[in-house]
Amino acid sequence: MTVTLYVPRDCAALAVGAERVAQRIAAEACARNADVRIVRNGSRGLFWLETLVEVATPAGRVAYGPVTHADVAGLFDAGFLAGGAHALNLGLTEEIPYLKKQERLTFARMGVTDPVSVADYVAHEGFAGLRRALSLAPAEIVQQVLDSGLRGRGGAAFPAGIKWKTVLAAEAPQKYIVCNADEGDSGTFSDRMTMEGDPLMLVEGMAIAGIATGATEGYIYVRSEYPHAIATLDEAIRNAEQAGFLGDDILESGRSFRLIVRKAAGAYVCGEETALLESLEGRRGIVRAKPPLPALQGLFGQPTVINNVITLASVPLILARGADFYKNFGMGRSRGTLPFQLAGNIRHGGLVEKAFGLTLRELLYDFGGGSASGRPIKAVQVGGPLGAYVPESQWDLPLDYEAYAAVGAVVGHGGIVVHDDAADMSQLARYAMEFCAIESCGKCTPCRIGSTRGVEVIDRITSNQNRPQQVILLRDLCDTMLHGSLCAMGGMTPYPVLSAINHYPEDFGIEAPDRAAA
Amino acid sequence: MHDLGIATAIAAAHKDVPSGLLPALHGIQDALGHIPPEAVPLIAEQFNLSRAEVHGVVSYYHHFRSAPAGRVLVQVCRAEACKSMGADALLAHAADRLGCDVHGTSADGQCSLEPVFCLGLCASSPAIAVNDEVHARITPALFDAIVEEARSAS
Repeated sequence: MTVTLYVPRDCAALAVGAERVAQRIAAEACARNADVRIVRNGSRGLFWLETLVEVATPAGRVAYGPVTHADVAGLFDAGFLAGGAHALNLGLTEEIPYLKKQERLTFARMGVTDPVSVADYVAHEGFAGLRRALSLAPAEIVQQVLDSGLRGRGGAAFPAGIKWKTVLAAEAPQKYIVCNADEGDSGTFSDRMTMEGDPLMLVEGMAIAGIATGATEGYIYVRSEYPHAIATLDEAIRNAEQAGFLGDDILESGRSFRLIVRKAAGAYVCGEETALLESLEGRRGIVRAKPPLPALQGLFGQPTVINNVITLASVPLILARGADFYKNFGMGRSRGTLPFQLAGNIRHGGLVEKAFGLTLRELLYDFGGGSASGRPIKAVQVGGPLGAYVPESQWDLPLDYEAYAAVGAVVGHGGIVVHDDAADMSQLARYAMEFCAIESCGKCTPCRIGSTRGVEVIDRITSNQNRPQQVILLRDLCDTMLHGSLCAMGGMTPYPVLSAINHYPEDFGIEAPDRAAA
Repeated sequence: MHDLGIATAIAAAHKDVPSGLLPALHGIQDALGHIPPEAVPLIAEQFNLSRAEVHGVVSYYHHFRSAPAGRVLVQVCRAEACKSMGADALLAHAADRLGCDVHGTSADGQCSLEPVFCLGLCASSPAIAVNDEVHARITPALFDAIVEEARSAS
């Protein structure tokens, strides 16, 4: 009987040798006359266990990890094709606590299915949302998205349904759906995992968005640093077209939707929606002033829905299960789930999808198992390179857009980067300014010049040249950038800088305000 | 075909695609390893743009290069997640081992070193890419082995 094995094709698995593991398993099976079928699935997101090899057994899928090519012969000797005991045997995959404790809605198929197989996708609830959408009027689809409470997962957290409603109401000869897949934030990889591990979910979400708003063309703008994601998306789109879920006359409904993948070229600011549109139109990716909103004048001047990968990928489930199902997860005005991404100096780094409202401490210790180095965790940057450094005193706040905003932090795209006590926060603040200087599009002065001056001022603070005055100057500069920049690049760079100086003043050679007063 | 002929042909193939300039530039760089400055006027002509506009696009994006890289292109991630796991020291090691500065090419022209901001491997830091192939959890010893393999393979 054929035994089915799963070896991930996600690039985090490939980066630790998954390809050689798959090859070695195939060769070993051949030499031992074992009848195996190797499925190249996505990653479960338990990256410290990659390469995570799974074996389908009558009891369920049994996991082995982290497997290297050198382990393969031993695994065969131990009878792993029948789920046999071995030092790398982790038991049933679904019972691994890190996975079991999650609330996987968007990532339910992640690592389970063959990412480019339409049949596998359909067997796991795929295209149920699209079928439902085809039975509804456009305004009813938009209402479902509004009722679900879904907010943009790219970082700005604007309600997705309102964008869609604006585009639906706009009169135009052509409308577009644009997927912002320029996931440039350090500490984030949920978009990459989606495109590599369940790309049909994004395809389905975009097709639903098209049907809901009257857009017949969609573009996925993917960063050039993600070649695997681009290749997997292309393959998934071809397969969806062949199966009639995309293209002209979707499922004989008379509706059409075409999808085009566009490769970006390495500019961080192109993650900002208007810069992205400029880039998609073939120009330098420079930020546009708003208004007009992209929903009214977006790609090629036409009404455009522009959403992040996870936003669009959340839609199929909302349509398939109903707005209430999704809305019942989460808290306050943060509804549903967010794929949190645990990264940096963390023992068990990976993807944790949970409803909004859990705390950073739960993520860091219950899921993450503390720092990778074994040293105390000092600072945690939440929400990407433009997010604040969150000190331990705030690790018990609920992860919720409003609760974080109240302390001057952001949830953003759900990226969480952990630093241990070896981190020098003045150098991380300097890096934030340096990054802004390298990546600024240059259109507005606060961002273009402020970032360069920011590096210089921090250097003067750390080398103690007129330190007290320079600290005042830095705060002033941050205020100018915060309020005077055209987009989040310059407007949010002060978040990491100010949080570093406020919460870790000793790293800048200054006393904490409360201690100074005492 | 001459490099400029290839560049012109690729540009011509994209000129009627809506906003085809970026895909054309990617095509040219994929084929030639860089975008020759002499090709800029020819690309501009195909797209009915000014030379300044095409030059502006090529020079704006980090991905496009106007001169060829070494046969082994090493990119070291220096974003926050990798920094928290020693990316700065790794970058210094890379510069030392390859014998070139960041953004530079080794004296023998074999290897180029570039910083990159996030490869999406933030839970497996530090990460590098060598000729577009990604590697995670890099130690100096692992770095040396990967580069050595790439040198002998290319």
